[in-house]
Amino acid sequence: MADVDKNNLLQFLLRMGDNTLILGHRVSEWCGHSPVLEEDIALANTALDMIGQTQMWLGYAAEVQGEGKTADDLAFLRDAWDFRNVLLVELPNGDFGQTLMRQFLYDAWSSIMLGRLVKSSDPRVAEIAAKASKEVAYHVERSADTVVGLGDGTEESHRRMQAALDYLYPYVGEMFESDEIDRAMAEAGIAPDPASLREEYDALVARVLDEATLTVPEGKYVHKGGRNGYMHTEHLGHLLCEMQWLQRAYPGCEW
Amino acid sequence: MYAQMIKTVSSGVKSRDEMSDEERAFQDKIDRDIKIEPRDWMPEDYRKTLIRQIGQHAHSEVVGQLPEGNWITRAPTLERKAILLAKVQDEAGHGLYLYSSAETLGITRDEMIELLHEGRMKYSSIFNYPTLNWADIGAVGWLVDGAAIINQVALQRTSYGPYSRAMIRICKEESFHARQGYHAIMKMAFGTPEQKRQAQDAVNRLWFPALMMFGPSDAESVHSEQSMAWKIKVKSNDELRRQFVDQTVPQIEYLGLDLPDPEIKWNEERGHYDFSDPDWKEFFDVIKGNGPCNVDRMKNRKEAWEDGAWVRDGLLAHARKRAAAKVAAE
Repeated sequence: MADVDKNNLLQFLLRMGDNTLILGHRVSEWCGHSPVLEEDIALANTALDMIGQTQMWLGYAAEVQGEGKTADDLAFLRDAWDFRNVLLVELPNGDFGQTLMRQFLYDAWSSIMLGRLVKSSDPRVAEIAAKASKEVAYHVERSADTVVGLGDGTEESHRRMQAALDYLYPYVGEMFESDEIDRAMAEAGIAPDPASLREEYDALVARVLDEATLTVPEGKYVHKGGRNGYMHTEHLGHLLCEMQWLQRAYPGCEW
Repeated sequence: MYAQMIKTVSSGVKSRDEMSDEERAFQDKIDRDIKIEPRDWMPEDYRKTLIRQIGQHAHSEVVGQLPEGNWITRAPTLERKAILLAKVQDEAGHGLYLYSSAETLGITRDEMIELLHEGRMKYSSIFNYPTLNWADIGAVGWLVDGAAIINQVALQRTSYGPYSRAMIRICKEESFHARQGYHAIMKMAFGTPEQKRQAQDAVNRLWFPALMMFGPSDAESVHSEQSMAWKIKVKSNDELRRQFVDQTVPQIEYLGLDLPDPEIKWNEERGHYDFSDPDWKEFFDVIKGNGPCNVDRMKNRKEAWEDGAWVRDGLLAHARKRAAAKVAAE
């Protein structure tokens, strides 16, 4: 572990792991309901990768926390206010277009973030990032292709993708917020300051959305409150009710 | 397995003398265990029967995502969630190989999906039963995939090349699923009293539906003879069912669970277990659409297909634009 305040590192790891946990959960809700069999496979595969990444991030988080907990304890026994994912990933799936737009907006951030984290001064962080970045390189390629295909498809698919972008874009800014935890991570060389990723992100997103014939909304308003736990959306509580039900109803069991 | 009650398209098994030269050459190949390939001549009835069988099998893999998907969002640990996601992804993949295999017989996947949605093609009766507690997920892997494997291992030797090759590939993954399922239900059966109760409940509810997966008894199974002669069907329904019971009863005993059928007893003389028949009236009710989940399963599949039309249309329109642009640039 790098020489850094333990609680700051823990918060950083929770932010990473909660993002993948909650988005992986959302994506898994599609099982058996997607527009075409290839998409069922792709969505299950994406969800599976994200749950695998969660095991690594939250597994390390539990070690850093040092209270003898496991990744499962963190996933299944925390209440909403202790989750540190960005609001974007907890938003409902909506239609397939909204799900894939959300995925693209997240994957683009994640691919850039992980690209930096492979050089982290914390060897465990670097190791997790190395494994996850290979998966995410594929995720972003696929979600970008789908956004382009549907944005530049029929009139209806274009309209739906623009509506998805309009709904989701105000949640993008939270991924680039910086606070004292991020500053501590940056100073220790563990993780980049999120704000420093914005330029590369904007360039990537602009290129894909341009090809998709979609327009970035003009409003600058940013919804936030997830990554610091100040105020999640109403959606998270319902998601946790479902996800945590067995562990809560039958505490202390082995599964 | 998931192919049951396949009505063979045939007017009865012909003797060699009744066969045309082509039919005789075809039957000779089958008798010598030479695989039939898509471009080979084949009787029209053989082709039609295979489309029914492989299509039903493919549909079962796809509809089978629903009862398992029912628990993905409630899986109790990250590892169990990952295992279940991987399994469901495999099932969808099996659907894909099987549709591709059926497509070599001259029908498209979209046509088969339409026939399913119109109720003119079926999927296995087992997926019309609900998954009600977490132990059901273990039981589905262990009993349902276990029953499927017994049929599919036999079908690896089936006469149609693409189907046989799909079965070989699928069997490898199914065996893995059955082991994972058994492991999951072991945790339940050896866990707290409440977990054990769930495991018992799952076995009680799924035992007879699993036995039904092999189809009606041989006496009731019409048209089997021609499918056997064509090696589309390799073992009889009762033979496969007996094999399943013999294999599964000791596994239930190992779990320390009560047997789901009081008539199950080892028969020394026959060297097999005796057991009760499933309620065949219930089976035919489920086949006719009156199972506990038939209506919901089809509603879900149709909605997914209809709600996804704009996605398929959009992606197709984009691919055409791209192809046109490429041609224009050349």
